Amino acid sequence: MTETVEEAVAPDLVAYPAPETPRGRYLADHEGLMGTLFLAPAVLYIVLLVGIPFFLAIAFSVTDVTVGNTSMDFVGLDNFRRVVTTPQFRRALLNTFFFAVVTQIIVIILANILALIMTRDFPGKWLARFAIILPWATPISLGTIGWLWILDSKFSPIDWVLQQIGLLGPDTLLGPGRHLLYLGREELAMGSVILVHVWRILPLATVILMAGLTSVPQDLLDQAEVDGASFSRIHFQVVLPLILPIMSIALLFGLIFTFSDMVVAFVLTRGGPVYYTQVLPLWAWFKGIDGGSLSEGAAIALFIFPVLLAVAILILRSARRSEVA
Amino acid sequence: MAFVELNGLRKEFGEVKAVNGVDLSIEEGEFIVILGPSGCGKTTLMRMIAGLEKPTGGNIVINNEDVTRLPPRAREIAMVFQSYALYPHMSIFDNISFPLRARKEPRQEIEEKVEWAAGILGIERLLERRPRQLSGGERQRVALARALVKEPAVMLLDEPLSNLDAKLRASARDELQRFQRSLGITTIFVTHDQIEAMGLGDRIAVMNAGKVRQIGTPQEIYDDPADTFVATFLGSPPMNLLDHQRYYVGFRPENFLPAQVLSNGAPVKTFPFRVGRIENLGSDRLLYGTIADEEEDRTVSKLPSTVEVSIEPGEAYEFVVRDDNLRYFDKGTGLRMPPQAT
Repeated sequence: MTETVEEAVAPDLVAYPAPETPRGRYLADHEGLMGTLFLAPAVLYIVLLVGIPFFLAIAFSVTDVTVGNTSMDFVGLDNFRRVVTTPQFRRALLNTFFFAVVTQIIVIILANILALIMTRDFPGKWLARFAIILPWATPISLGTIGWLWILDSKFSPIDWVLQQIGLLGPDTLLGPGRHLLYLGREELAMGSVILVHVWRILPLATVILMAGLTSVPQDLLDQAEVDGASFSRIHFQVVLPLILPIMSIALLFGLIFTFSDMVVAFVLTRGGPVYYTQVLPLWAWFKGIDGGSLSEGAAIALFIFPVLLAVAILILRSARRSEVA
Repeated sequence: MAFVELNGLRKEFGEVKAVNGVDLSIEEGEFIVILGPSGCGKTTLMRMIAGLEKPTGGNIVINNEDVTRLPPRAREIAMVFQSYALYPHMSIFDNISFPLRARKEPRQEIEEKVEWAAGILGIERLLERRPRQLSGGERQRVALARALVKEPAVMLLDEPLSNLDAKLRASARDELQRFQRSLGITTIFVTHDQIEAMGLGDRIAVMNAGKVRQIGTPQEIYDDPADTFVATFLGSPPMNLLDHQRYYVGFRPENFLPAQVLSNGAPVKTFPFRVGRIENLGSDRLLYGTIADEEEDRTVSKLPSTVEVSIEPGEAYEFVVRDDNLRYFDKGTGLRMPPQAT
């Protein structure tokens, strides 16, 4: 304050003191240092929990390492060759794709419907919103155990309801047995795994699509209505193309979550009956951890990697292209 | 029976009366402008005519058909939004043809109509492009073409010029008017811009607080405002209103002139005018000052540059208004009164 007064009085006579060496500079002023500090946790996280295991898996997959013998002798692509030739592998690969794709088709359709409903106003909306988000807030394993009980071979409440309304039991539509044995028959077991995946992924997809729907300008919807478009025309020709980038993000996450998931199949069926619901991540776990053959487990797990990579690149690229619109 | 009839139209959003009893008859082929400040209910009124809002009360008749309860697609209307609301993911051709495709017209006919509309607006060469590749003026034409292609009975325009820059706006105004005259489509144009309203409308409906305050030709609205709101909303600067015991005396700034300028013997009222501040706008001089014992410089005189009387700030002059340019308004209601003897 005094300095400015002096300067105002006699600007020519009073020289400003030279700026002091920046001893008083705060740590927060060092942008380079702060940047490094703020980024460090994320970088550390990726290196420790993603990078190292990933390269370790590559290393394991070309050696003969097992739980019992940790000396790593290079064996080339032997592990891959041995794994690929088994029928289990082909079935697990097919299943992984089948579950992921069918789940996503169902999820996208249901999420669109749910998101449309949830962007309207209706009584009890908060309760519906709460119920929709609930599966996402539940740990996968606990949720799946719940489903395990619902799909139980003897005590399934679904069977009970079917029996009560006369659809299940002797001389009924669904056959003479009193139980459907959801997890014991090939088609029903696959259906059950898909059902639980849908149940789990649906909240995320719905929330993402709701965000997408609210981002569509009201003017465009009004314009389409004045232009005489029906509800389905507005939805399929105006709304869907506009939320496609956001929808592809939902699809990307959903695909990756189902592709890499082993919990649902593990808890529900352990890959059974026989290996009809076997998926690659679960089989990698059975081979590598349960069976102790770390190298074969790593080789199986690595098969998912190029698929996930391709999915990620494809979807991100299509998302960018539709943004151009 | 007029072509478009609004009878006692009302719209309430909770406690707010956005439109509070509007009666309006619009003739076929007429260009009517709904003018009012933001929040006066003009956009809500237009959205009700379009069918985007359900009225709380009253009814809407278009072409002898009560459309009050009909959805937008059952009304023969087209609308151009302020934002133009072009579908960003569609080509210009697909944008313009959208209303026709919604009506499931045959391909051949759609192409002919789009060509016709694009031809009228001079945008034939843009048909393959996307909206984001167009300038503001081009987008506006596309939006108009999309409205036109429906061959609507009524065209609704919601501030379609306000996103254009000032220069473009003048030419767009001119074009819009010629285009409306040649096609003869009944047009309802909503704006808050009095210059647009004066320049475009066959008639103007001035709205405030959910009600129509006055309907008339631009000249009627300007010369004979029905109340103090209309008097002060139109004109730039607005009409001067002098407080005079039981009523207000109003006169336009351009009619408030130095005594020596008006010398043709017409009866005048004389006011002592103390000039406070002068703005020279080139074509006009605006004089801000006081009459009698006013506290602020509230009275304005607008002298065209052809009036070369020397005026200095801080000085008092004799200013006059011709008797037939004086307007009288009731103090309580704000409504026009017959001329008062003073």
